Amino acid sequence: MNIVVVGLSHKTAPVEIRERVAFEADVLTSCFAQVLALPSISEAMIVSTCNRVELYAATMRPEQACAELQRFMAECHGLTPAELNEHLYSHTCQEAVRHVFRVTASLDSMVVGEPQILGQMKTAYGHACDGKSAGLVLNRFMHKAFSVAKRVRTETAIASNAVSVSYAAVELARKIFDSLENKTVMLVGAGEMCELAAKHFIRYGVSKVLVTNRTFSRAESLAESFDGVAVNFANFREQLHRVDILLSSTGSPDYVISAADLKAACKMRRYQPMFLIDIAVPRDIDPAAGRIDSVYLYDVDDLQGVVQSNLKEREKEAVKADQIVDQEVGRFHEWLSNLTVRPTIVALRKQLEEVRQKELQRTLSNLSDLDEHERKMLDAMTSAIVNKILHHPTRLLKQLDCNDDKLRYLDAVQMLFDLSVHPPSDDLSELPEE
Amino acid sequence: MEPVTLLFALTTVSYLIASLLYLTAMIGKREGVGSLGRWVLLVGIVVHAGVFAVRHSMVSGTPVTSMHESLSFFAWCLVLLFLLLDLRFRLSVMGAFAAPLATGLMIFSALSPDVVVPLNPVLRSWLFPVHISFAFLGNAAFALSFGAGVMYLIQDRMLKSKRFNRVYRMLPSINVLDRVNYTCLSVGFPFMTLGIISGAVWANLAWGSYWSWDPKETWALITWFLYAGLLHGRLTVGWRGRRAAFFSIVAFMFLLFTFLGVSLLFDGYHTFEAFSMP
Repeated sequence: MNIVVVGLSHKTAPVEIRERVAFEADVLTSCFAQVLALPSISEAMIVSTCNRVELYAATMRPEQACAELQRFMAECHGLTPAELNEHLYSHTCQEAVRHVFRVTASLDSMVVGEPQILGQMKTAYGHACDGKSAGLVLNRFMHKAFSVAKRVRTETAIASNAVSVSYAAVELARKIFDSLENKTVMLVGAGEMCELAAKHFIRYGVSKVLVTNRTFSRAESLAESFDGVAVNFANFREQLHRVDILLSSTGSPDYVISAADLKAACKMRRYQPMFLIDIAVPRDIDPAAGRIDSVYLYDVDDLQGVVQSNLKEREKEAVKADQIVDQEVGRFHEWLSNLTVRPTIVALRKQLEEVRQKELQRTLSNLSDLDEHERKMLDAMTSAIVNKILHHPTRLLKQLDCNDDKLRYLDAVQMLFDLSVHPPSDDLSELPEE
Repeated sequence: MEPVTLLFALTTVSYLIASLLYLTAMIGKREGVGSLGRWVLLVGIVVHAGVFAVRHSMVSGTPVTSMHESLSFFAWCLVLLFLLLDLRFRLSVMGAFAAPLATGLMIFSALSPDVVVPLNPVLRSWLFPVHISFAFLGNAAFALSFGAGVMYLIQDRMLKSKRFNRVYRMLPSINVLDRVNYTCLSVGFPFMTLGIISGAVWANLAWGSYWSWDPKETWALITWFLYAGLLHGRLTVGWRGRRAAFFSIVAFMFLLFTFLGVSLLFDGYHTFEAFSMP
């Protein structure tokens, strides 16, 4: 049995194509039926997110399955194969397994390590289960993919650093205050990024929000949305000593907060650290304030710097993650190839054993004067002959890598020995994980 | 190998393993490895206590009378205080400071001649173990405060210069480091004070005078004043952060000189020779 993947993602297709081939959740059931009706597909699953559309299938004939899936995808969305094929990638066997493991572990995402993809994969798998299109192979495959994603998450720091500016501000604040609980945030001026950052801060435990703005009514409405307090712009500097975290983004051409203001505030708050983010351009806070011991002042470029260094860190972690994926691909592939070969080997052994037993019984009934020991000797000898003969072919079949050649060997064995092989059913216990 | 040597070696190895675990935890950002380090350290400190128990029965007295034993006892106090601190702060970076320091002390201890010195009868008193325990617990607390101070200055530098590199990622927040620095200071100071007082009382019992301006006494007093000044600054003036961290580093330099420099450079009754019979 083999896994194949056919699909496209943000790496291969522009959004105009991606939106055209997306599968809506309500049509999935009929799509599953269509895919399963394709001659070479025995199990199927559809992943459709805004960044990727992929079909996963279990098949005995990977090449044929890929072609069928490509055609299906074009027909289903009313595109010509030529239009679609330049954006499509197809993976078979080990490459397919690796691809799905990497997607699930968020290594193939636009922002490496982003957490949504795992949930999307789980939903997609859920749809396949509901539509009864996932069977033994895909069940095992997707569960493995989820456990690989979990391993990657716990064993690497792939998702531990902020990659958005507003979250980077939270991360920086936590390197200063540790916990943000019972901290006070002040918003000076209104700006989208300020509001977003304030939301992050509140989510991480900040308890008090002060808002000030030249237009007091604007401050009031913003304060209301954060459950905070509006402060008059004329005298907000008198409140500075109460503020642990300050986000500033006014449109003022001059500095709104001077170094002297902050020096006074620091003294009043007994030199507890203050974390200031100046998002405004031109800047609102005199950069000289950054030289005060207990003032930690950052502007937009600094926060971008945090994001950049975090992205680099993620790339490093992604290398570690790929090593984990490689290990798991190896293990899963072994299980999968066993799954393909096993029924044939079992049938072959059974057939030869039947022949041996039959011939042994016939011989033994003719040689009635043998004692127990001699009977046992004959039994052992015949069984040794069968084992010796089977040894090499068995090993060869198990070793074969995943491609259509192997299937020819399997067909040959089945034809030569006239075996009737049943595809494996849900008897997982018979196939221990190795 | 004698049992006491074997126990000593076992202790050193556990401290070494704990060091490696804590360093891995810090560099690789793996907290789980850090908690493993804690358990190894716990095993180490129990075995280490065994070393002192055996030595105690060998000399039938307090077994801290040579450089070898002092360093080893220092390591024991350090690990003990770190484990107590760990109950509250759970910082594997502090482990990555304390465990290698304890390992280093054990190695230096192993390199110092291991002589079993029976204590001069004049000095035999219950105050001897009390004095050295307080003194060494104080030293250990100040060593941890020093470690947190150094880390504070590094992390502060990273934040101020906006370098968000590996070191920045590894170190915890400056707020936590400041609190650790302060906690260790407020634990170490009473210990040191009690160490000096118990030493004076003991001196009075042995020699009939509380204070005799022995070099160790003088330098200990200077160090005590420095730490008293730092504590005062923190409690009343509101010193914190950089200044407090810097001060605790300077004070620790004085403490090191009091502990090691004075014993090696000056004569006086805190040199180890003075412990033995005349």
